[in-house]
Amino acid sequence: MGYEPQADFGTPEAKGAPVTLTIDGQSVTVPAGSTVMRAAAEANTFIPKLCATDSVKQFGSCRLCLVEIDGRRGTPASCTTPVEADMVVHTQTPRLQKLRKGVMELYISDHPLDCLTCAANGDCELQDQAGAVGLREVRYGYEGANHLDVSKDVSNPYFDFDPAKCIVCSRCVRACDEVQGTFALTIEGSGFGSKVSAGTGLDDFLSSECVSCGACVQACPTSTLQEKKVAEIGTPDRSVVTTCAYCGVGCTFRAEMRGEQLVRMVPWKDGKANRGHSCVKGRFAWGYAQHQDRITSPMIRERIDQPWREVSWEKALSHAASEIKRIQAKYGTRSTGGITSSRCTNEETFLVQKLVRAGFGNNNVDTCARVCHSPTGYGLKTTFGTSAGTQDFDSVMDADVILIIGANPTDAHPVFASRMKRRLREGAKLIIVDPRGIDLVRSPHIEAAHHLPLRPGTNVAVLTAMAHVIVTEGLADEAFIRERCDWDEYQDWAAFVSDPKRSPEAVEPLTKVPAEVLREAARLYATGGNGAIYYGLGVTEHSQGSSTVMAIANLAMATGNIGRPGVGVNPLRGQNNVQGACDMGSFPHELPGYRHISDTETRALFEGDWGVSLDSEPGMRIPNMLDAAVDGAFKAIYIQGEDILQSDPNTHHVAAGLAAMECVIVHDLFLNETANYAHIFLPGSTFLEKNGTFTNAERRIQLVRKVMTPMNGMEDWEVTQRLAQALGLDWNYTHPSQIMDEIARLTPSFAGVTFDRLDAEGSLQWPVNDKAPMGSPVMHIDGFVRGKGKFVVTDYVPTDEKTGPRYPLLLTTGRILSQYNVGAQTRRTENTAWHPEDRLEIHPVDAEDRGLRDGDWVRLASRSGETTLRALVTDRVAPGVVYTTFHHPATQANVVTSEYSDWATNCPEYKVTAVQVSASNGPTDWQEDYEALSERSRRIAHQEAAE
Amino acid sequence: MNSEEKLVYMANQIARNIAPSGAGEAAEAVADHIAHFWDPRMKQMIFAHINAGSTDLSPSALAGLKLLRTQDASGQSSAG
Ligand code: SF4
Ligand code: SF4
Ligand code: SF4
Ligand code: FES
Repeated sequence: MGYEPQADFGTPEAKGAPVTLTIDGQSVTVPAGSTVMRAAAEANTFIPKLCATDSVKQFGSCRLCLVEIDGRRGTPASCTTPVEADMVVHTQTPRLQKLRKGVMELYISDHPLDCLTCAANGDCELQDQAGAVGLREVRYGYEGANHLDVSKDVSNPYFDFDPAKCIVCSRCVRACDEVQGTFALTIEGSGFGSKVSAGTGLDDFLSSECVSCGACVQACPTSTLQEKKVAEIGTPDRSVVTTCAYCGVGCTFRAEMRGEQLVRMVPWKDGKANRGHSCVKGRFAWGYAQHQDRITSPMIRERIDQPWREVSWEKALSHAASEIKRIQAKYGTRSTGGITSSRCTNEETFLVQKLVRAGFGNNNVDTCARVCHSPTGYGLKTTFGTSAGTQDFDSVMDADVILIIGANPTDAHPVFASRMKRRLREGAKLIIVDPRGIDLVRSPHIEAAHHLPLRPGTNVAVLTAMAHVIVTEGLADEAFIRERCDWDEYQDWAAFVSDPKRSPEAVEPLTKVPAEVLREAARLYATGGNGAIYYGLGVTEHSQGSSTVMAIANLAMATGNIGRPGVGVNPLRGQNNVQGACDMGSFPHELPGYRHISDTETRALFEGDWGVSLDSEPGMRIPNMLDAAVDGAFKAIYIQGEDILQSDPNTHHVAAGLAAMECVIVHDLFLNETANYAHIFLPGSTFLEKNGTFTNAERRIQLVRKVMTPMNGMEDWEVTQRLAQALGLDWNYTHPSQIMDEIARLTPSFAGVTFDRLDAEGSLQWPVNDKAPMGSPVMHIDGFVRGKGKFVVTDYVPTDEKTGPRYPLLLTTGRILSQYNVGAQTRRTENTAWHPEDRLEIHPVDAEDRGLRDGDWVRLASRSGETTLRALVTDRVAPGVVYTTFHHPATQANVVTSEYSDWATNCPEYKVTAVQVSASNGPTDWQEDYEALSERSRRIAHQEAAE
Repeated sequence: MNSEEKLVYMANQIARNIAPSGAGEAAEAVADHIAHFWDPRMKQMIFAHINAGSTDLSPSALAGLKLLRTQDASGQSSAG
């Protein structure tokens, strides 16, 4: 399609009853509360405007949008005038034309007229509006005072701020306040002297509070705020709507292209997950897709101490297939397995698990959700009957009390966090359960009613104490429980939580949460209206991760906060397609749609379709595969799009497992850390180079559309298909839509999903079937998927990872807005401007005890290993607790994390490791050895030399 | 921990978390959980460990595993 800018209706959508009026002789019906400007735009009459845009509330400052209304005096601004029934509006009259020209003339007289060389030429509202009002001459001359020589702020790596071009419409300020909720911009001064400023007078964009979400850039009608890429490449000439491949929010974007070159990613206004907003990653951090480190030829080597040899696809795939066959012949069918990726599409993930089950003939398939949300799957399936969150994102706008547990939405789920902040500014109350003072505890115009700064590892004790308050103070919703849940189970649970030893006072010594604060928080959640719980990896990545998820579900059921908008249990999913990867049967015990592999009927369904017989025994999880490898029983693995060496706990053990295998096949964009141990490397393709679907945290399935040709020549699903063919499987998909047809045929919750429907509807939230043909934004409305909601007794079992004299501090880990997971992508973008290295947050008291100052190199040691990094002294963390991110391989935070894991799912206990911190003067031996190994392992002998 | 020690640790951890649902049901719940989530090699290893006269499994873990072994032998694993 050619390039069309997204329509701008001038002012936000209204929701009232229909009102009919007449605009330029045309009858128009719009919801009450709409402005005249919006009504006109909906009827395709675009009234000239400058200070209005539909992402923010109207402001009424530019006076360009004047109209005449029969029976009214003067010329009201259409952007601030609400529609009324039977109004008769005129948008084009000689009087209006004259007035508008006058307004425009004033604007233009203080604006550089370098349109021909301006980056926004052809994509500038000021230029368009000057044309629209018929401005042909400017009477004022340019000699008077103006702003034309003010200097540009080029500090942000992705966009420039050129104040000379600013018309002070304040769209940027309002976008930052209302859409993003960061309040980084202000208009300083007044009248002619007014100007836009980022933060205080001394700040530039980079040093200000700005989080580089791009909302202001999108809102700016001129080229004052302009993407650097547009200046570099030129304005786009076509666009394709696709889905962000970073996090589980699942923002949709228009990839705006010039030929095969991506100019910019602009959030798509019709996207139901993001509603036109974005964060720095999806909006700007896509440079990795063209990064020079990308590997585009397949490579092989016999031993990992040899350099890589580039080979043809043919050779690489036939070699991979023969290795797998050789190993299976020697060590047995179950000595092989695969790992699917939450970064890849549903279709690709489905194929990898199909390859393992139907091709390798076992169920040794697992996925990176093992290390993040596997407890969500287990916990929510056990209690509610389905392994997914209960709500859509829109639901937060109906919440009255928001309870955030172990999640940091402003960093990890920023676009959803902006929606949440909007609701909080409207008055919803906030409770935060987190060891750290995350940004939301106090940020502009937001303050948590209660922050429960618990000691890491005591989630279950805190949640059970909240349940104790709810039950013993008579705050449970008995009518809901009797109708919707198993009453006997509830009574057992109620008796359990009511035990005085589970009261807030009794557990305070171990949780460190003041009992009275906990009581107040529990009362607020139970009685404050619609209560919605949002949680993240601070819940799941514990030895009691699954218990915590069930404890959360118990709270929601006990208070009747399930089954309608504004409530629910919402896991904030990490990766773009972690929900999808789980749905697609990536776990070793489940076929797609969460059906156990031992279920004969389900197996028969797949066996019939695939023409093979399937192993009825569960396969190995990632940690089991690594253990078996060390034992010599697991020898070959196909890893698509996951870097287990960096992301999984206890790096030494992962390295030992990989080193013990005879055939490690890594299918990825880059030579990642795991590839240091690989024998076959298959180059992957980025989300910009493929077709398929992702499923976000609200179960929303959205299309990923190819915008450019894959650098390696193939989309990832094609590579898996070629490997399957090399193994003798008769696969002949020609497009991912056929894979989705197969998924829909075999998976009841996807029965109504096709690419054509997704294209027509924009997105669908599963289950999509006969009962819910348009999908299911909110689940468990009339009853739980499993029938009756199940209360599960969750006893607090302290972790075995204990502090002591040698390791007196607790380390917890997390991530930061500008970086993404192991950083393979974001480290290859300009986002490093915000986070060039991982730092260790440590409380001033603990730092002083150790003689450490901010910025010092420190040694971080645990029972598993040690690493070094620099300290950040802050009271964000409580005394006794230290915190770091794991975005940089040089830090190798997972050298330190332990091997303890969730009792039900083996999700690693990343959030609690006993450590000691001391002064250091350089990298550890492991860091140095590893650096040398990496360097050795990444050598490539090019094709000519090698063959 | 070597693989065998890890399996013992895991079985004990499962039993400890499941136990509060009532001793009678606990053995069944432990057996059910392990049947659902452990691969055949892990099950064989822990059965061999029991046969060798283990003393490091908690009573409820041991009861659960023994129950599972009987079910497996009679082909009526509770998985599914
Ligand atoms: S990029 Fe986002 S955070 Fe930064 S000033 Fe603009 S709207 Fe505010
Ligand atoms: S920077 Fe752009 S959006 Fe902000 S006031 Fe100036 S012209 Fe308006
Ligand atoms: S919030 Fe997540 S999905 Fe949206 S743009 Fe940012 S990284 Fe992408
Ligand atoms: S657009 Fe209405 S006053 Fe500016």
